Amino acid sequence: MKFTLKALLLLGAVSLASTAALADCGIASGSVRILSNDFEALKIVAAAAEECASATVKITKNQTAEHKNLQVPALTSNPAEYTVAMVANNSVVPLLSGGLIRPLDDLVAKYGKDLEPNQLIKIDGKTMAIAFMANSQHLFYRKDLLDKAGIAPPKSYEDVLAAAKTLQEKGVIKYPLGAADKAGWDLAAEFVNMYLGYGGEFFEPSSAKLAINNEKGKATLATMLALTKFMSPDYLTYGADELNKDYQGGKIAISNNWGSLAGAAVDAKVATADVVANTVFAGAPTVGGGTTPAAALWWDGFSIAKNISDEDAAASFQAMMHGIAPDIATKNPKAATWLIKGYTPGPTAVGVIQTAAAGAKPYPMVPYMGLLHTALSTGLADYIKGSQDADKAMAGVEAAYNAAAKEGGFLK
Amino acid sequence: MPHRTFLAFILPSILAMLLFIATPIVSFAVQSLYIEHDKILVVSETCQPLGGCVKETRVDSEATAKLRHDHPLGKFNGFGIYQDHNHLAFADIGNIFAGNFGFYETVARIYDLPFYRALVFTLTYALTVTPLAMCLGFVIALAVNAVPKLLKGPVIFFSLLPMVVTPLIGSLVVYWMINADGILGAALQHITHNPNLSLKASPTMTWITLICYGVWINAPFSFIVFYSGLQTVPSDTMESAMIDGASRLQRVRFVVLPTLMPLAVFVTLVQLMDNFRVLEPIIGFNAAANATSLSYSIYTALNNQSAQMFSSAAATSVLTITGVIILLTPVLIKTAREFGFRT
Repeated sequence: MKFTLKALLLLGAVSLASTAALADCGIASGSVRILSNDFEALKIVAAAAEECASATVKITKNQTAEHKNLQVPALTSNPAEYTVAMVANNSVVPLLSGGLIRPLDDLVAKYGKDLEPNQLIKIDGKTMAIAFMANSQHLFYRKDLLDKAGIAPPKSYEDVLAAAKTLQEKGVIKYPLGAADKAGWDLAAEFVNMYLGYGGEFFEPSSAKLAINNEKGKATLATMLALTKFMSPDYLTYGADELNKDYQGGKIAISNNWGSLAGAAVDAKVATADVVANTVFAGAPTVGGGTTPAAALWWDGFSIAKNISDEDAAASFQAMMHGIAPDIATKNPKAATWLIKGYTPGPTAVGVIQTAAAGAKPYPMVPYMGLLHTALSTGLADYIKGSQDADKAMAGVEAAYNAAAKEGGFLK
Repeated sequence: MPHRTFLAFILPSILAMLLFIATPIVSFAVQSLYIEHDKILVVSETCQPLGGCVKETRVDSEATAKLRHDHPLGKFNGFGIYQDHNHLAFADIGNIFAGNFGFYETVARIYDLPFYRALVFTLTYALTVTPLAMCLGFVIALAVNAVPKLLKGPVIFFSLLPMVVTPLIGSLVVYWMINADGILGAALQHITHNPNLSLKASPTMTWITLICYGVWINAPFSFIVFYSGLQTVPSDTMESAMIDGASRLQRVRFVVLPTLMPLAVFVTLVQLMDNFRVLEPIIGFNAAANATSLSYSIYTALNNQSAQMFSSAAATSVLTITGVIILLTPVLIKTAREFGFRT
């Protein structure tokens, strides 16, 4: 008995010592509670932030795909349930609208020596979030298959369509193309990408009035439909992850998918050897003779809750700075296209970087964009499966959006 | 039983029902009459990495918070939500009828409205899956009843398996099996000699798939209820029927079925309610392009990328409950009558 007690005490002392050794983040005390989405890069960041835990600093995390539904109620309570909300272009908007996150300028001045100026998300000059990675959809293509059919690397969606036709005619591959056209969020994101490529505006200037029912909107729909003719007939059930599985299996020659999945697409553990050896990542194509890539730019970052003590806020910020320290990016170059200082983009980051360099537009951060995204996600399915004309689809989306925007208090 | 004893007996259940069923219903029925306050919008400058700075509209959070603090339920809207495009869409229906499109086009246009589209699938699913699953469950129950005693345990266990599987997981498993490269999908393509056959692409095929799945996952419930009912069929009646020379089919028709009728009414009630709120297969099969249900509409209203649309979800919930009541009324009236005859 005595022995076990001693052993326990010893164990406790050892574990204390080991956490103390880890805690080189310079945090005196505080509680850090992280809420985030659930994908690889965010897991890396949260795990690194957790290293700051010590006897006086308590760090917990909740990483879930449901974070968007949790964040508003969780940060509304006082004190807030979470001190750190990891966010992206779209998910930061409800937090801003609710006034639930705090300006970070004083914390940046004090602890943000490793931050690059372009990591700061500024609203009216105040830093409201810190971005640490960029993301966008872009081209994944198989060089070997394109070479076999004698096709040059596609630069525009017109090239992609021509290439698909040749690949199919020459019998190189049955369904050359793939896109995340799953009815729902994915399908709406495809529309947003293509519409940005055509240079369209979603809303009338500084108003919630919808402006997509025009020639650019219809051209967007026509191109999306044209692409589906070269996809597996199940295309309406393919989300980004299902699409990537088909790509890994070598069933697609040209796919337009997320930069954050590029590493997985050529992961030798799951992808076939041909795919690993011959995949090329490139920026998103242009469309309709335009110069803007047909893909929205996204960032992932973090915000600090307003309804917490300044001590917890400082502790949270410092822990997150440890989570996105320069060595995180150098140690995990394939996990994401990091915006962190000192990161040299690896081969899987090329697509996002080319897309950004070519002048892609960011996903709009206006508060009613989410309502439009939802309206698109259900309203376009019939059109994309070819059973509805473009006018009806557009009218349906517009009516669904107007009803939702009225309910949300954005339209009278 | 004296009324007082009966009351004391049933009071805890009544209290629990009031607390956990009636109160939430009242709460969302009230919520469905309100919409969010008019948002106070301001234009501000947003700077993002890679994208540069743009002028964007933003909600003035302090002004909006004050409005919300003064009137937490939101802005009173009466039955506005019920009538809008995403629900009963009275204005759209009026326009469609005013347009005189002819029968086929009128139906097609009404079907394009999100609520009616969801309603049509929900009703079709509930009204086909319920009887089919009950028939299948009954046949399994008869079959298992005839199995030698030694085998009964394992056979019952395997017949119950679909009910053990979580609906979402079950549908995901079948989803991958019917994929063009999955075992069922590829087998169907081989049998029909049609390499382009896809169970997921056409609405008809999707509906058939979802209904088959529904029958598969719901049959065990009917089976286990009917099987326990079969144990109560009086053996002397059965024997006299045999002596009178009734065939197996006649015994089922004239002895077993009448005995099981009250159970069948019960199973119909439960299954209709269950199937009317179909959601998991639509999610699991990624079938939203071809089939949506009322529950799916509630799910999307609450589970979109920015704001949760509580009023929309509440209104659809009220409409769903109304639908369930309408659907169950005939069965309830029948039960009430039988009860009346007996006393």
